[in-house]
Amino acid sequence: MAGVTLMIDGVEVEAPAGESIMQAARRAGINVPGLCQLDGVSVVGACRLCMVEVAGTPRPRPACATTVADAMDVHTDTKELREHRRVLLQMLFAEGQHICAVCVANGACELQTLAAEVGVDHVHFTPPAARLSMDLSHERFGYDPSRCVLCTRCVRACAEVEGAYTWGVAGRGREAHLVADLGQPWGEATSCTSCGKCVSVCPVGALFEKGTSVGERRVERALVSSLTARRQRESAREVLK
Amino acid sequence: MTNAVDLFDLTQKEREAQAAYRTTVLCCGSTACLSGGAQATQDAIASALEERGVQQDVRMVATGCMGLCSRGPLVKIRTRGGEDVLYADVDEAAGRTIAEDHVVGGEVVADKQLSLTHPFFARQERVVLENMGEIDPNRIEEYIARGGYTALRDAITTMTPAGVVEVVQRSGLRGRGGGGYPAGTKWGLLAKAVSDQKTVIANGDEGDPGAYMDRTIMEDDPHRVLEGLALAAYATGAKQGYIYVRAEYPVAVRRLEQAIRQAKRHKLLGKNLFNSEFEFNVEIRIGAGAFVCGEETALMASIMGQRGTPVLRPPYPTERGLWGHPSMINNVETLANVPTIMRRGADWFAGIGTRTSRGTKVFALAGKLRNTGLIEVPMGITLREIVEEIGGGVPDGKAFKAAQTGGPSGGCIPVEHADTSMDYDSLLALGSIMGSGGLIVMDDDVAMPEVARYFMRFCMDESCGKCLPCRAGTFEMHQLLDAICEGRATAATLARLEILCDVVRTDSLCGLGQTAPNPVLSTLHYFRDEYEARVVPPKVAAEATVAATSERSA
Repeated sequence: MAGVTLMIDGVEVEAPAGESIMQAARRAGINVPGLCQLDGVSVVGACRLCMVEVAGTPRPRPACATTVADAMDVHTDTKELREHRRVLLQMLFAEGQHICAVCVANGACELQTLAAEVGVDHVHFTPPAARLSMDLSHERFGYDPSRCVLCTRCVRACAEVEGAYTWGVAGRGREAHLVADLGQPWGEATSCTSCGKCVSVCPVGALFEKGTSVGERRVERALVSSLTARRQRESAREVLK
Repeated sequence: MTNAVDLFDLTQKEREAQAAYRTTVLCCGSTACLSGGAQATQDAIASALEERGVQQDVRMVATGCMGLCSRGPLVKIRTRGGEDVLYADVDEAAGRTIAEDHVVGGEVVADKQLSLTHPFFARQERVVLENMGEIDPNRIEEYIARGGYTALRDAITTMTPAGVVEVVQRSGLRGRGGGGYPAGTKWGLLAKAVSDQKTVIANGDEGDPGAYMDRTIMEDDPHRVLEGLALAAYATGAKQGYIYVRAEYPVAVRRLEQAIRQAKRHKLLGKNLFNSEFEFNVEIRIGAGAFVCGEETALMASIMGQRGTPVLRPPYPTERGLWGHPSMINNVETLANVPTIMRRGADWFAGIGTRTSRGTKVFALAGKLRNTGLIEVPMGITLREIVEEIGGGVPDGKAFKAAQTGGPSGGCIPVEHADTSMDYDSLLALGSIMGSGGLIVMDDDVAMPEVARYFMRFCMDESCGKCLPCRAGTFEMHQLLDAICEGRATAATLARLEILCDVVRTDSLCGLGQTAPNPVLSTLHYFRDEYEARVVPPKVAAEATVAATSERSA
């Protein structure tokens, strides 16, 4: 495949055509913050934390969803982008109930890591008025909507990798939330295979294994990514035969 | 081969049938007049004529919108060889009087008469709305008798698809949904795409508060939309068309469905149109009440039966649209311009309006004005001309303060800029947008922070929740505007509001979020003093916040 050469933060990076700016940057050792992007599932570009400046475009572009091009000049860490990321992360914190001290994902939480990276130590926004109730109807897993960041990684892993299509999103705006099947309790969702892929890809503590307590969340986010990669290799081999 | 419809024959028959009547009573039967009692008026006129035994000589037509909705129900009397007489505020009693005195007696009822040289009508230029108030939208014959479907016939029988694209390109027609993207360029992109599964889509998901241009076009001249869509299909090589209508417009849905049936019966839709190889079918898709479905990728998701949320562009619909095939979405008003452009020529159309904004624009004129309703004006008319001449000025001795254009994506134009030309680029330069055509005029009683709060509330409720900046940002901005309006804001609140505007505008995924801060930004720009006047010292703000919070929890 033909390659392209582009500049990311002043560093010359070579990348295969078709790769995203985020992939190219990460290979070059430049970390672009992101939450909804996950290797192995489709790109949605919804968290807007990976916005980068591309010279010649009027507004920043999501690094996860923008394809590299020859001679592209990308900046991932300008003062303005940093400021916007701080505001966006604060909004995420304000939207839910993110109290690390009582969270199963403490220490293994991508939101926590991002806050440290981006430098969010205070939240200046309005906290939510009502607390949302948990869904603990599934025999092995639980769902706490007040910790959900609506990255929809679980929705995509469930549909694209497991093929079960159990998870979906319902409601608009701030009312948007995950639903299992047609909105019934997770434990009654007949399409769910209890495979646990959704739990494994959750960046925070919204989907968790029952019986795990503060800081006990197992980190196995590579599972879905490696599954997809293995399937792609397999199907490439099939084609060769 | 099927037998092609003979439009000339149909036109002759319809015109002869119409000419047989001595008098025609055109009653406005559009939604605004109907809600003002137009049905009762119509019944009163009909029964009065029946009592006098003259009903056979009089043709009664329930027409589409006559425009001056604030003075409805409207009735127009047309006598053979005479001039049209328009009556306003025609209630049942007035209808009876008009029937007896004017239709039967030949005497004009002066106290209900409204001169057709009134600036409300005289300053307008009707292209898209040319059939409004003239035809019965339920009858295809009346549309055909006014030249309907001849543009489609002539395009199919005498022009190449590329020729049609060229005419639209040369006319300078720009998208009427708000963005103002050149229609000809868009058509050219779809025409160039290689696929045998192309689709064209009419966007009738009009949702701006107070706007009803597209609804009126779909309800009152549905065949114009079909003809425009069929022309788009012929020009671009599409076989399938969709009209996406919001569920809140049941009359539009019914009229369009009926129009599609009629067009099929007359072989104006379907296979081998006008004895050519060209085939085109149209289906209606009804939205489920989400504003965001007016965004083209969300609209396509909704057509495909998915949750109506936008997806990233590129790829653009003309590359990968409905079910992965090249598609094109045009606003209803954009398409409604096309039959007339094809009939009268690109040069005629380009002669109306300004250099960069050709043609006319339909506005839903609302707010603090003497005359409100649906108007169509040449681009380049000034806001002041619309407000003072067409709108008749602000009533009750109040002063014209500002006009809001573009709905929740637009901004407020203050009276200082009232002499600005109404075109895409001038409005953009003022921090507003042309938008789909909502035009709300405000007098000096209106507080601008409250206007901004109203539109932010709308965006917050209509945000789909997919991307973070729009989902959370519109909520936070609404909270801050609430605090400003209710005296709980400090100087820091204003600063935070401006930062949020910047983040939401820059980082949101689709147009809804990217433009949601516009009402705030434009009112902050022109009316900053009103915001600053409401700012209170931190101690007062804190006390007010505590009071408001305890009130809520009590």
